[in-house]
Order: sequence, then structure tokens, then C-alpha cells
Amino acid sequence: MKVSLWVRAVALGALAFLYLPMLAVALFSFNKTRYGLSWGGFTLDWYLRLFQNEAILEATRNTFLLAIISTLLATFLGTLFALGMERHPWGRRFRSFLENVLYLPVVTPDLILAAALVVALGFLRALSGLFEPGLLTMVIGHVTFQVAFVALVVGSRLRSLPRELDEAARDLYATYTQYLRRVLFPLLLPGIVAGAMLAFTLSLDDFVISFFTAGPTSQTLPLIIYASTRRGITPEIHAVSTLLFLFTVLLVLSAERLTRRSA
Amino acid sequence: MGRVLVWYGELTTASSLARRGLLLLLPGLLWLLVFLVIPGLLLIPLSFAERGPFGEVVWTFSLENYRRLLGFGVLGFSLDNLLALLRTLWVALVTTFICVLLAYPIAFYIRAQEGGRRYLLLALVIIPFWTNLVIRTYAWQLLLAPEMPLARLLAALGLVEPGMALFPSAFAVYLGMVSAFLPFMVLPLYSSVERLDQSLVEAVQDLYGGPWRAFVHGVLPQTLPGLTVGVILTFIPAMGMFVVPDLLGGAKHLLVGNLIQQAFYTMRDWPYGAALSLVLVLMTLVALRLYRRYGKEVDLA
Repeated sequence: MKVSLWVRAVALGALAFLYLPMLAVALFSFNKTRYGLSWGGFTLDWYLRLFQNEAILEATRNTFLLAIISTLLATFLGTLFALGMERHPWGRRFRSFLENVLYLPVVTPDLILAAALVVALGFLRALSGLFEPGLLTMVIGHVTFQVAFVALVVGSRLRSLPRELDEAARDLYATYTQYLRRVLFPLLLPGIVAGAMLAFTLSLDDFVISFFTAGPTSQTLPLIIYASTRRGITPEIHAVSTLLFLFTVLLVLSAERLTRRSA
Repeated sequence: MGRVLVWYGELTTASSLARRGLLLLLPGLLWLLVFLVIPGLLLIPLSFAERGPFGEVVWTFSLENYRRLLGFGVLGFSLDNLLALLRTLWVALVTTFICVLLAYPIAFYIRAQEGGRRYLLLALVIIPFWTNLVIRTYAWQLLLAPEMPLARLLAALGLVEPGMALFPSAFAVYLGMVSAFLPFMVLPLYSSVERLDQSLVEAVQDLYGGPWRAFVHGVLPQTLPGLTVGVILTFIPAMGMFVVPDLLGGAKHLLVGNLIQQAFYTMRDWPYGAALSLVLVLMTLVALRLYRRYGKEVDLA
């Protein structure tokens, strides 16, 4: 099929428009000049310096710790939720209530989600010191938006699995746990992995929820990058942004490959 | 109660089936209720409360927050807040509209490609979708800096002063917003464009319809489902955006998102922040309702 010249021009122009900013960041992460934007020659210094920058190393640890813990928790909760929702005979009312609860975090702007979280955590703080701003409150925030996405992905996989397999397993006297472990879990695994990868990417992608739930000792990379736009961007920030971008690319490509293979 | 039934090969009773289902649902449901649904609903009474001297909540019933939101502050009336509300709506609408304009050519271009290239292009759209917004937005700060080619070009053309950065400005906000949301528009639209029946478009052309009619009567009705998802995915977060106006807009281009962020984060004034949040949600819902009504008319045309 052919497209006209102007369609091609607009499409390629728009794609370039999406990548130009990131390319500029990557380019200047190799620039020798520390201050200002004049080109001083190629260097890998900024990347090497990342490994001596305590704040950035700490933020990297926090970013991945947060993503891993919240993803594990959200995947567990979301999978159970999908199982309870899709494999049990609920009335129409209750089912649409469950669906609405799941769509709520998907369609709410993250700023409103953050506002609700600030309020919830604020009131809980009055009950227990556990809810002081820090990594734990950030995990709570991330799980709150991740869990719905996991439940939706796993739920759609569950709906696509034939129920005859359930019947066959139970006819052969499998107990519920045996059925879960030996029959359903292996079949559901691609869906669970897809949901977990989505949750993980969402966590890395997030800034707003982290911004409102973080404490002074739980800075993550997006928070550090945001803060440095006030204090002055250094080439090190370009370098760490480039690395985070490349990591996202890898993650997206491997997720793509995974879902295409299991489809 | 204990009526025995067979549920997909499982010998059980209705009540034990319901009990197991609830048990599975409970942890996730409780989580969402405690951290999202209940505090979300709590924003409503909170918006009528007042801020105490230490940032605590004083539960009263007052319309003070809404009065303030409309511009009646301690220093008298000011238009700033109303302008921010209107600007938010305007910026979100324009952003959505530009995204639609750019997304159609991209979707058609991707559809025109062969297998491998098509996947590559789709991946190119998906990657920014998943890249952290703070990185993508501060990247625009870099690109719009006075030393960079774009600012120099505009300065050479006499459009801006030499040595001036192109941000903070309304222009920069639109650039940031469109590049933030373009993938959200392209991906759902592409899923509709991919399934488009070309013969319907050709039928319009055979009846001497020009490109505009071919689009309105041939393409638009067929791609409306994808377009609607794209509009929702773009417009809702655009209304609640604060990163882009914060980094690229400056104090003159505040959006409601900035006001909400200041209320909750800087001023610790939850009741005022709650009132702003509710107004934002309300405006978004009204706009989407209007779109739906209008969209249905297009569908029938």
C-alpha cells in the first residue's frame, strides 16, 4: 500500500520530534564541557563518575528496590484479584463494581491519585509511625496503581483459557491447590509475567506518585533528575538519563518479544 | 444454603464458592479501597474543611476553598485562578487536537509498511510511551536552550531575542505536552487504522468525494473507536499534568496541576488541594461527556 508524500513527511517528522530531545541528552552526556552547551570533545568521563556519585548510586538502588518490591506485591495481589474475579460466579452488580474499582486507577490522572494517597497516608500516619514518608509509602503508592494493571492483564489471559481444562483437572480428582499449581499456574504464567513487566515499567515510568510519597532518604532517579532541573543540570544527569532510557528500551523490546512468543 | 452444585468440574456449594472468591479478592480490594477509593471520596468532605495553622485539617463546613479557587483571596479578587482553569482546559484541548492531527499520518504510514519495518516503527512509538516523563521533559529544556540550533535559528529569523532560551513559554509547554502524549494517541488509533476497510474509503472517492470527504465519511467512522480511546488517554492526563508546565511553563503558564501540586506539596493545604482536585475531575468528566455526545453524532453522519 502506498501513502502520499505528505503523510510520509508528517509521520517521519513526528517520529523525529519524539526522539530529538532524547538524542540531545544522549549527545551531551558525551560532552567534555561541564558548564554550558559548547561542544568540548567526546568523553566517557560522566559515565565513569556515576559510579563515584553516592547520591546517584543510592537513587539507583532505591529506584530498583522500589520497582522490584512493588512489582512483586502488585503481581501477587493482582493475580489473586483476577482469579477471584474471573473464576467465580458473581452477580452482574458485584462484577461491574469490581471492574469499576480496577478501571479507577487506570483512568484517574496520576496527580489526583497522588492527592488521594497523600490524604490516605496522612491519616494513617496519625495511627502509626510506619507511614512516615519513605520507601514504604512509595511502595504503597506504586502498588496502588500497579495492582489494577496486573489484574486486568492476568484477567484477560484467564478469560482466554478454555474452562474444559478446569473440568478435566477436577474430574481427575485434583484438589483446588493441586489444580492451581499444576494446571492453572503454568497456563497463566505468560499472563502473570506480562502483568509483572507492565507493573515494573510503570514503576520506572512514574514520577508524580513518587514525588508525593517520597521521604528525604528515599530519593529515586526521576526525583533526582527533577530536583537537578532546579539546581542546574550536569552532564552526569544526562548520562544517568541516557542509561535509564536505554534500560527502558531493553525492557520494552524484551516484553514485546515475550508477549509475541506467548501469543 | 448448602445446595451442592458442580462448578466447572468442581463439586461445591454456592456459599463456599463465594467465600473462596471473596478471599482471593479481599487483599487487592482492601488495598484499593484503603489507598484509593476511600481517600478519593474523602476529598469531597475535605474540600469543605479548612486548613489549621500547622497544616492540619479542621473539619467544618465552609465554601471558603471554592471562593478562593474562583479568585476571592485575602488580597481581594484576582483572575489568576480562573485563567489557570481555562488555560488547563485550552491546553488539554489543543494538545489533544494536535496529537490527533499528527497521529493519523503516523498510523497510516505504519500501516503502509511491510512486516519487520512495521514492528520497528511500532516499537519506536512504544518506547517514548514508557520513557520517564521527567527525562523526556527536561530533555526539551536542553533542546530549547539558547545555544542550541532551534533558538539560534529563531533568533536569526528575528522571532526571538538572541541568547534567549525558548522556555519557559507557552510554546515550550505545547511542545512538551504534544511529545508527552503523542504515543498515547498513536497506539490506540493504529489498532483501528490497521483494521480499516480501504474499499469504503475508495467508495467515497468513486463518488467524487475529495480528501476531506474521504476522511470524514470513509476513515473517521471506521477509526472512531481507536480515536476515542486515544482522546481519553490523552485528554485526561493532559488535564492533570504538572510536570510539563512546571519544567517548561514557568509561573506565567500555571495549570491546575501546578496549583494542586502547590496546595498539597508546598502549602500543605489539603482542603484547598481537595477542592482544586474535585474541580479538575469535574471539568474532565464534563468535557468527556460533551465529546461523547458529539462523537455519537459524528458516528451517525
